[in-house]
Amino acid sequence: MFFRVAWLVMRKDLTVEVRSREILYTTAFFAVACVLVFSFALVKEGRPLEDAAAGILWIAVAFAGTLALGRTFERERHSETLRALMLAPSPRAAIYVGKLLGIVLLLLVVEAVLVPLIGLLFNVPILARPLLLTGLLAAGTVGFAAVGTLFAAMLVRARSRDVLLPVLLYPITIPVVIGGVRGTAALFELPPSGEVAGMWMALLLFFDVVFVTLSLWTFEPLMTE
Amino acid sequence: MKRSYPFLVLAAVVLFAAAPILVDRAPYESTMGLVQKIFYYHVPSAMVMFLSALVCGVASALYLFRRNAAADRWASAAAELTVVFGLIVLVTGPLWARKAWGVWWQWDARLTSTLLMWMIFAAYLLVRRFGGPGAEKLAAAMAVFGMANVPFVYVSVNIWRTIHPTTRVVPTLAPGMRGVFWFAVLAFMVLFALLLALRARLEARRAEVEELYLMVEED
Repeated sequence: MFFRVAWLVMRKDLTVEVRSREILYTTAFFAVACVLVFSFALVKEGRPLEDAAAGILWIAVAFAGTLALGRTFERERHSETLRALMLAPSPRAAIYVGKLLGIVLLLLVVEAVLVPLIGLLFNVPILARPLLLTGLLAAGTVGFAAVGTLFAAMLVRARSRDVLLPVLLYPITIPVVIGGVRGTAALFELPPSGEVAGMWMALLLFFDVVFVTLSLWTFEPLMTE
Repeated sequence: MKRSYPFLVLAAVVLFAAAPILVDRAPYESTMGLVQKIFYYHVPSAMVMFLSALVCGVASALYLFRRNAAADRWASAAAELTVVFGLIVLVTGPLWARKAWGVWWQWDARLTSTLLMWMIFAAYLLVRRFGGPGAEKLAAAMAVFGMANVPFVYVSVNIWRTIHPTTRVVPTLAPGMRGVFWFAVLAFMVLFALLLALRARLEARRAEVEELYLMVEED
């Protein structure tokens, strides 16, 4: 029952998105624009600063993620469909998991565009440890989106939700961004250091467990009016 | 409860009046000299900040799961105090660091995590103020995540290699400093209890006035 509801909520979100592709296109374009803006800031005399590539990658993910979260729930607010979802006789936590999976998948697609672009522009070895890099990106995205989905869902009813989402989200998720940046930076070095990246990967997984547990625990009382 | 206020006020005044004298008489640390004295303000404020964040987190969880309006008032009072005492920590720290390390700020794990924790509770206050209806719950969720941060901030100095002194400093204080230090801790704790109780009471009065106002409106 639980996983079926989560699966259906995720499939609904993805179906809506595949039909319009609005969030995917705008978010991916925004992420690429972020990369360019930060490249101008962090490239000096034709050469990027140390670890700039990893930093820019995660800044783009965090900013684009905030945008995607806001848009996804704006869509639910538009025709009061979030209320309809909440009225469904199913566990609230399952709805949360479905929403979370939808956003994580969307962000992973955006990252699939971002990573090759970063590799190309900054000449970093993205294929040196492909599995570890994918793991870092997936773990970081889950941690970021876990908190993001919870707060974006709650903010649907708030007046100044566009401003409040980053205000709430960034202080809590900065540890995830730190872990992602340091781990990815270790992989982008020559030669890549899998050991250091593995240590940060463990930290990211730890944060994922804490954030997902806290979110599942608080989603039910938070969404009850 | 109400009767204990004059006593608490008196205790806080006496404690804070005596603290500078005791701090002045405490022995000088051999390498740092006078700068080390800021330790008697920095560490107790940090302790109160942690305690306040925990009070805020627990009260917020009570509010979320039990719908207890009083718990929400305690949580908002504790969040304000976390920000205030956090500010003391974040101001006294760099003052000491400038003399001890030669820089105001260093991006190490303890400093960064303390700043993040402070930002979480500052965001709590922002949401309460500008979030509109239903902001109490949003803020409560923020406090629960903020409370989860406390253990990380505390152990950060022991796990990562940082230049911030570790948590072993306090248990191994020199005898002349130990008494003064715990006196300062007591003073800050009494002040915290007093401010928390007063602030929560003010919120309770405000809620009462609101209720009475609504009753008059209805008639």
